[in-house]
Amino acid sequence: MDSSTRERRIAEHKKRVNLIFKKCVWDDFLDRALEMSPEDMLEKVKESGLRGRGGAGFPTWLKWKFAREAEADEKYVICNADEGEPGTFKDRAILQEQAGKVLPGMLVCAKVIGAEKGFIYLRGEYAYLLPALSQEVENFNEKIREKGERFSIEIKLGSGAYVCGEETALIESLEGNRGEPRNKPPFPVSEGYLGKPTVVHNVETLVYASIIISEGPECFKSLGTSDSAGAKVFCISGDTDLDEGIYELEMGMTIKEFVELFSDGDIKAVQVGGASGHCVPRKKFADTIIGFEGVPTGGSMVLFNSSRSMYNVLHNYLEFFEEESCGQCTPCRIGCQQLLKGIEAVKSGEKPSEYLDDLVKLAGMMKISAKCGLGQSAANPFISIVEHFREEIMY
Amino acid sequence: MSEKITLKINNIDVTVSAGATVLDAARKLKIKIPTLCNHPDICVAGNCRVCVVEQKDSGALPAACATPAAEGMEIHTNTRRVREARKAVISLLLSEHNNDCLRCYKNGNCELQELATEYTVEADRYISILKDYGVDKSSPSIQKDDSKCVRCQRCVRTCANLQDVSALWISGKGRKNKISTFMDKTIDYVVCTNCGQCVNRCPTGALTEKNYIEEVWGAIDDPSKHVVVQTAPAVRVALGEVLGCETGSRVTGKMVTVLKRLGFDRVFDTNFTADLTIIEEGHELLRRLSEKLRDGKDVPLPQFTSCSPGWIKYAEHVFPEILDYLSTCKSPQQMFGALAKTYYAEKAGIDPADMVVVSVMPCTAKKFEAARPEMNSSGFRDVDCVITTRELGHMIKQSGIDFNNLEESLCDSLLGAHTGAAVIFGATGGVMEAALRTAYEVVTGRAVPFENLNIIPVRGMNGVREASVKIEGCLSKWKFLEGAELKLAIAHGLVNARKLAKQVAEGRSPYHFIEIMACPGGCLGGGGQPIPTNMDIRMKRMDAIYSEDESLEFRKSHDNPEVIRIYEDFLKEPLGKRSHKLLHTRYTERGRYRTLNR
Ligand SMILES: Cc1cc2nc3c(=O)[nH]c(=O)nc-3n(C[C@H](O)[C@H](O)[C@H](O)COP(=O)(O)O)c2cc1C
Ligand code: SF4
Ligand code: SF4
Ligand code: SF4
Ligand code: SF4
Ligand code: FES
Repeated sequence: MDSSTRERRIAEHKKRVNLIFKKCVWDDFLDRALEMSPEDMLEKVKESGLRGRGGAGFPTWLKWKFAREAEADEKYVICNADEGEPGTFKDRAILQEQAGKVLPGMLVCAKVIGAEKGFIYLRGEYAYLLPALSQEVENFNEKIREKGERFSIEIKLGSGAYVCGEETALIESLEGNRGEPRNKPPFPVSEGYLGKPTVVHNVETLVYASIIISEGPECFKSLGTSDSAGAKVFCISGDTDLDEGIYELEMGMTIKEFVELFSDGDIKAVQVGGASGHCVPRKKFADTIIGFEGVPTGGSMVLFNSSRSMYNVLHNYLEFFEEESCGQCTPCRIGCQQLLKGIEAVKSGEKPSEYLDDLVKLAGMMKISAKCGLGQSAANPFISIVEHFREEIMY
Repeated sequence: MSEKITLKINNIDVTVSAGATVLDAARKLKIKIPTLCNHPDICVAGNCRVCVVEQKDSGALPAACATPAAEGMEIHTNTRRVREARKAVISLLLSEHNNDCLRCYKNGNCELQELATEYTVEADRYISILKDYGVDKSSPSIQKDDSKCVRCQRCVRTCANLQDVSALWISGKGRKNKISTFMDKTIDYVVCTNCGQCVNRCPTGALTEKNYIEEVWGAIDDPSKHVVVQTAPAVRVALGEVLGCETGSRVTGKMVTVLKRLGFDRVFDTNFTADLTIIEEGHELLRRLSEKLRDGKDVPLPQFTSCSPGWIKYAEHVFPEILDYLSTCKSPQQMFGALAKTYYAEKAGIDPADMVVVSVMPCTAKKFEAARPEMNSSGFRDVDCVITTRELGHMIKQSGIDFNNLEESLCDSLLGAHTGAAVIFGATGGVMEAALRTAYEVVTGRAVPFENLNIIPVRGMNGVREASVKIEGCLSKWKFLEGAELKLAIAHGLVNARKLAKQVAEGRSPYHFIEIMACPGGCLGGGGQPIPTNMDIRMKRMDAIYSEDESLEFRKSHDNPEVIRIYEDFLKEPLGKRSHKLLHTRYTERGRYRTLNR
């Protein structure tokens, strides 16, 4: 299939959605939103079934409710644009093309929780977005000030650590500290930036929040499944012939449907959710749903065809983790190094293949005892790849 | 009343106040949960993950030290999952560690070793990922060996939370994560005060004092050397801890005996020069007060105490603009050295070139202080070797002497007599109290108006304390002070010192005299004291210090008969020419980020 045929097929696919990248006029929306009471907004977001698009999928309305109920003189909204997950590149596109929908999403959240200050934490490597985005933010601040709102947004640039996408590390970094995750609880909704209630959202979540407020929850709720309502922006990479792999699709597709849409069939595995996600082998494509009831993803979908060595794939991910771990906690700092050294030793024959079982156990232990999501999820690719491609790791 | 929370640990109900952690609750039930990164003096980190426990309805294992107790919570501390996770954590730590226990200075007093023993961990469960690190021996006080580091960050939190210095910090992510310094320079190059608080809290052999045990044995063994030893006041209330005595035991007499048995030629007492410091520093204060209040001159006031070398180096780095406010008095340790090599050498007919002055200190910063090039006013280095309470403990153990059954004895005379005022130098507020006992009497001819000489308002453990003393009934020479209210402040721990120093730097300090001790609790909580040290232990040592004070015949420095004698025979008068040469010093600006003139 040539790529234009494929593009057409995707465009016409029944699961294809066009909410996020649709052109619209945001002035009208702002007026509409500002007429609405915070209670109404919260209710609408609740009704929509929106869950966080940053990976963990926490119900958005609940986060807002907690922050709203927290008593404090100051509260904050943070847009997490750190986008560090390997294979994820949608937030960049959204900020580039639809910043006009991200900022109102922050305003809506701020109105609901009672915040007057918002930050966009922009990945350091996206500094080139800064001129346009700053202009956009400036205009927005001006516009809402004219409408009598006290809320304003500021952009802060990260400096290139993957872990700073983790919300508490992000907050530390915003405060000017080394980006090390904090203990949770307390969660940011009760003690976040400067110790004040803070809601951190992925860029995409904020856009959907805008859309839900402006067009009503039905447009979102009618899509997807009961656990995974709505749509999602996917980033497709790996063994596919697409030029640019950013597609908004309904939640709840099976991987089989997905792979058929985006490739020519010779796909042996899909890494769902980036380096910290799960590797799904072909034999599970048909009964694995992409969504919170199956395998969740922050957007990254990497396709591997039969020419790929899963040892190399895993090695790559582990190198990423042993470098990107903040290094403060034992299971993650040392665990990641051990997983990497371990598969190397098994491959070279220094360790017997049974050592893989010890390593799987170690990964299981990392999952339950690491301090933050990074160390907990570094185990995901390891466990799934070793389970399904053990021979490739051994020989 | 704070809110109460009831939870279950191992099916037992326990009630704690809001804010308590699961670890606190378990301790209340006397259930032991192993810890490593946790230390009661500093903020919670929750990074080692040794303290994981099982929480009902949670898939993950939360860290007990970092998890707030919550109503209705059900915790299990001894399940298979918990034991396996802890064992894996410890095994991982060992895979990164230079497992060199037999040759390690912390062998036998190491929390990692203890954990490995308790959990019967095999060192080679995982592949060794030990990296090649050099040992940083650049500081005369402390030594850093990254190959023994477990990245618990206790040192980092200590240096930041307690000392506000942040000489140690974390650098690198992932496998490159390590404890580092400004630009990864050696310790002698950065803004480290040598206080040793990090050393005291390091659970392993990664941060230790630079030890001089062999040097001291060497001097003792050398028949051509006359070796004299001095011991600081805080040593005698803590040394017992490393020798199996109860915390807070006073072992002064036994300590003197053991020092004689170890082979020191003379056993003297830093307390003698602590009394002398009071005379010198008290007169210095009175002089500054006269010049300012009587003569209207622009002299630096308040006067800061100068006996804590960690504080001195801190000021030299961070507050160079207030160096003129520091008393010019050397610390008692250095005064002692200078007098041993002059006054004592002369009296005893010993060539100071053949004399070795050893001091036993609760402090690692004293090692650096002794090595300062300006500390040689007798023509010889004042103090040759400084060992900590811990190092003395090692020497006593090596000697095989049965410390606990020793008879008690008294220090040798000339530089050995002391008063209660000197003993309390070991506790925060003690120098202030001792100075007041003397200065008040100099000015009024009467004892300080406090029951039994106990100036309670300056005592205690609050980080910054204030007091004021109204001066009434002055002798004629001091009439200009009549009715004056002397304003005093005390701080311990550099995080607190900074507050008072900042006021002075900004010209808004309301005080006349400020006592600063770099270490929490004062010297009794010094970086060279037995490990562990924590608030409970500091309180017990403090009680011991005040009871030692009350037990002594003389309790005011100016009553010390040997101090009276040294002024008659040698120094002539406080702040006199000889004092100026031998007992006073000057300070050096060092740069805010690094050492300027190394
Ligand atoms: C190691 C790590 C990296 C993360 N990176 C990102 C990121 O780049 N962008 C993001 O939105 N969320 C990231 N997250 C998730 C955030 O912690 C947080 O859950 C999310 O921003 C919440 O937004 P949501 O409710 O909109 O999903 C990361 C989490 C972890 C553990
Ligand atoms: S899990 Fe990894 S990234 Fe998270 S706190 Fe621990 S070391 Fe840092
Ligand atoms: S630090 Fe502890 S575990 Fe490590 S070598 Fe020394 S004594 Fe052994
Ligand atoms: S000795 Fe004191 S100042 Fe130096 S690093 Fe340790 S705690 Fe910090
Ligand atoms: S040097 Fe000691 S206190 Fe500091 S992190 Fe390493 S082991 Fe912990
Ligand atoms: S003691 Fe709790 S995590 Fe280290």
